[in-house]
Amino acid sequence: MGRIVVDVMLKPEILDPQGQAVRGALPRLGLDQFTDVRQGKRFVLSVDGEVTETHLASAREAAETLLSNPVIEDVVNVHELTTDEPEQAPITGAGA
Amino acid sequence: MKIGVITFPGSLDDADARRAVRIAGGEPLALWHGDADLHSVDAVVIPGGFSYGDYLRAGAIARFAPVMGEVITAAKGGLPVLGICNGFQILTECHLLPGSMIQNDHRRFLCRDQVLRVENAATAWTTGFEADQEITVVLKNQDGQFVADRETLDRLEGEGQVAFRYVGVNPNGSSRDIAGISNERGNVVGLMPHPEHAVEEGFGPGLDGRTVFTSVLEQVVSA
Repeated sequence: MGRIVVDVMLKPEILDPQGQAVRGALPRLGLDQFTDVRQGKRFVLSVDGEVTETHLASAREAAETLLSNPVIEDVVNVHELTTDEPEQAPITGAGA
Repeated sequence: MKIGVITFPGSLDDADARRAVRIAGGEPLALWHGDADLHSVDAVVIPGGFSYGDYLRAGAIARFAPVMGEVITAAKGGLPVLGICNGFQILTECHLLPGSMIQNDHRRFLCRDQVLRVENAATAWTTGFEADQEITVVLKNQDGQFVADRETLDRLEGEGQVAFRYVGVNPNGSSRDIAGISNERGNVVGLMPHPEHAVEEGFGPGLDGRTVFTSVLEQVVSA
């Protein structure tokens, strides 16, 4: 089973209230060196078998049409999730 | 004179919107998100609430519901469409209206009586108002901050597509105090505040919201 990662961020010019809330909480942990926090969304799309170029093209289409709103967000990254990456989607559900 | 009101999973102001239509003298018709048929209605209201739990982005998943394909086609053909709150968010996700809504700048859910100025009294949903008339309706949202790029904001203002503006206070950080906008043709209007909650004595801040619904009924009659 292959996996594709899609990362979406608010456009830089759009205020990020969630990121601001996180930034405000960090000094309470004694972590006061961070001047800004931006929070994005990560999607992990699973496919049967190896990830192909066709899968990646479909993932890009999903990223541009549903997973992001181009008015306020940018798709910053679409790539195959390989096993040497630290982040792994938990394998659950049918076909797992 | 039938006005359809769409129900999505998570809609919560659909019944109030139907009631507002009835109080205004129209015949409300419940439309279902999974039914790709507008049943010959003369106008459509997309009500407030939390369609699909606001998962992903407010309005993002509702935009792909079967009924919305029909709404998009009909809206492009001139059918009056009103999006209230979550409905406004759905209309921006459909790109029937420009811009988008993000979380309120102060990050709190807000519920208050809100004064608005009617900036454009020539849309399908505002003809019953005087230009620059101030009205009071209910505002209640978490993701109510209207945003668009400068070019879009300039165009909206230049073309008279700002339908409603917040008066006295900007409750959520919306660009240029914009509370509601229309498309170029004026048949599609979206606004964050809730006119359907201001249609009956004793419930809400007054009767100003009624005029939104009577406006469209008069439009349809004279069309």
